[in-house]
Amino acid sequence: MQPKQSATRSPAPSSEHPSRGGVSSPTHRFRESWPLMLGLAVVDAFGLFLAYAVTINGNGLAAIVILIITLLINWVFLADRLYPIRWLTPGLVLMAMLVLYPLVSTVYIALTNYSDGHLLSKDQVLAQFTAQFYPPKDATSYKLTVYRNASGDFLLLLDDQKGRVFTGTQKDGLKPYTPAGPPPPNIGDYQKLETAQTYQYLTELSKLSLSGNGRQIQVTGPDAAQELLPQYTYNQPNDTLTDNETGVIYKPVAGTFTAPDGNQLSPGFTAVVGFGNFAKVFTDPNVTGPFLGVFIWTLVFAAGTVFLAFSVGLGLALVFNDQHLPFKSLFRSICILPYTIPGFISVLIWVGLLNPYYGPLSLAIKSIAGTAPDWFSNGTLIKVAILLINTWLGFPYMMLLCLGALQSIPTDMYEAADLDGASAWSKFRYLTLPLLLVSVGPLLIGAFAFNFNNFTVIDLVNQGGPPIPGANTPAGQSDILISYTYRLAFAGGKGADFGLASTIAIFIFAIIALITIFNFRFTKQLEEVMS
Amino acid sequence: MSSTDVQDEAAVSAANRTAKRYRSVTVSRRINIAIKLFIALLAATFSLYPVIWIISAALSPSNSLVNETLIPPGATLDNFVRLWSDPQHPFLLWMWNSILVSAITALIVVSLCALGAYAFSRFRWRGRRTGLLAILLVQLFPNILAITSLFLLLQQIGKIPGLSWLGLNTHGGLILIYSAGALGFNTWLMKGFFDSIPRELDESAKIDGASQFQAFRYVILPLARPILATMAILSIIGTYADFLVARVMLRSSDEYTLAVGLTLFIRGQYEREWGVFAAAALLGALPIVLIFLILQKQLIGGLSRGAVKG
Repeated sequence: MQPKQSATRSPAPSSEHPSRGGVSSPTHRFRESWPLMLGLAVVDAFGLFLAYAVTINGNGLAAIVILIITLLINWVFLADRLYPIRWLTPGLVLMAMLVLYPLVSTVYIALTNYSDGHLLSKDQVLAQFTAQFYPPKDATSYKLTVYRNASGDFLLLLDDQKGRVFTGTQKDGLKPYTPAGPPPPNIGDYQKLETAQTYQYLTELSKLSLSGNGRQIQVTGPDAAQELLPQYTYNQPNDTLTDNETGVIYKPVAGTFTAPDGNQLSPGFTAVVGFGNFAKVFTDPNVTGPFLGVFIWTLVFAAGTVFLAFSVGLGLALVFNDQHLPFKSLFRSICILPYTIPGFISVLIWVGLLNPYYGPLSLAIKSIAGTAPDWFSNGTLIKVAILLINTWLGFPYMMLLCLGALQSIPTDMYEAADLDGASAWSKFRYLTLPLLLVSVGPLLIGAFAFNFNNFTVIDLVNQGGPPIPGANTPAGQSDILISYTYRLAFAGGKGADFGLASTIAIFIFAIIALITIFNFRFTKQLEEVMS
Repeated sequence: MSSTDVQDEAAVSAANRTAKRYRSVTVSRRINIAIKLFIALLAATFSLYPVIWIISAALSPSNSLVNETLIPPGATLDNFVRLWSDPQHPFLLWMWNSILVSAITALIVVSLCALGAYAFSRFRWRGRRTGLLAILLVQLFPNILAITSLFLLLQQIGKIPGLSWLGLNTHGGLILIYSAGALGFNTWLMKGFFDSIPRELDESAKIDGASQFQAFRYVILPLARPILATMAILSIIGTYADFLVARVMLRSSDEYTLAVGLTLFIRGQYEREWGVFAAAALLGALPIVLIFLILQKQLIGGLSRGAVKG
């Protein structure tokens, strides 16, 4: 069989059942594929339901995307030409939804001001503003009579004493009331309250908001009410908001309605602010300072960890590579132990060991040096502690890598070096190390990239602390970029800033991309797999 | 180890050339071994130090980390008993959550990766290379970087009626994120493995009347069982140890995985519960350590393929 001949090039039925002569009647096809059709029907039903549910929630765009994906799935499973894609479909759907979409969405959020105070859409914010009322100086006042029914609902009878009378209930709002004259003892099942009785309900009454015909009524006393006017008017063509009380015109600036004198209306809305967040990272001194600190520490942390862990691991690999070392395999098993314990557990154990008041390691240092180092509130010591902990976590991995790589260095090279009278050091420096780095190099870069995002260690040791003094974003002195992102979005005491968090994430994207390009030069992995 | 044997024999035979040189070599060799033994002892101490202290604290009756001696006087299992009966810290529930989430994630990852990798390995179609490259490119950026959008996405999904079990603070949502994040890399890994199984096996199965799927299910999958198992176990270990995604997505104590729950023992008002924490840490680490020790060879073989763990 030629490798070229595969299911894809020929019509699916014949290639799937070559022994049956490649002839299938439609009924035969149906009998073969009914589980597939049933599955497809279920997927379609689910897709339609999902689109419907999403539309009800007011997200029309998502519904369209869901329908398109459902159609694509149908196409893939009905067109013979797309047979190979069928195998990929479940994975592709999952990745599109939870890997690709979040990446794209991160870029979008980075371009917006999405954050506490800017969580609502413009329409929602406008709806809030236009639902606000204010009492004008020359407000129309009403003579008020209060009625109450058995279930405790109120009905207000409002007379502006110029011939217009309204009734108002919480349920139906304001309605014109026709029979003029003195207030009747009851309207429907509502009973009239005397003024003296009204007093006890005054708090409740003043909270009532009755509106209708573009006006709002506020109860101002037991027998008085006044008319309120809408505070803001939205001017659609100019996209401005006018304060009817003061006449100030607010214009939307970067997601906030702003007056000419710089006064801002709260809440703001989510708006695309372009590269505003990126500019903030470079120009806002309160953000730039912490960002630079975090960025440099991220590099130092990742590089330092890899360097320390690799040095220790390589040293041990050289030791364990010696056939004559007694108890070699016992020692080696013990040294693999840190690698086998889940990282979050080891880190928490180390936090206990280092505790300045009762941690055994700190107490041991205290008994020697006199004072216990204050690991967790000193910006330098915390970094030392983190590097120590992460070296402990990482060296066994490096040791295992180096042990494997040492095995693959041909021994005749050492024999040749021996004949040339090379010293042990020069054999290591000019033979072992370069050959080792060739095979381990890409994995070292991989380890660097991994530690670049090693949230577990950073957050569990000290939650990024101690805080950077004077920073107005929630950055700590031991924070790396990924934990800084987390703190900006979820854990800051200073409010969630999803926009800035996504911006920092994009910086990490860029750096990882650089590392990867560098890594690909190192390896031929790409060509191998592409064959 | 055979290559080192040869290496040492070579060194020894070279040393045999003159008696004087031979004597000096054995002396320096002994010093060499002594130094190496010292380093090995040092490394073993460094590795074991936290482990020994945590065992000691778990057995200690004082519920603290400070003990006069390594084996605490009056060693008891009280801390383990307390672990079982503490309603504030439902350790068993957290552990069960962790195992459940990891196991289901592994199942999804292995099934979907096997399907996808088989297609990439056996079929040729237009866009195959592009597809492989695209998966790799997307995979370069771990989806934890998009943690903000993932959070907002789950928030939206949870609002859809009927899908609240995939929203925030659910294991369903967590499993989806973990599975999707692991698909790309593992598909590549598995494709490489399938490539090493001769195509003739599929072809002959098809000549015997098997459909493409049957050839995959009954011929290729059984052959791939070792790598499927390795991938499942590496996936379980990775998911079990995740802290960030679980921390962000899970909000209520009943839903916590062990990684999130364990921090509660030593944070805030429970800061002093080191004994109970130590017992929890020991029990929590045990399954993973055992898996590693039992399956050392298979798992370490996967290391050089780039499965980095921290």
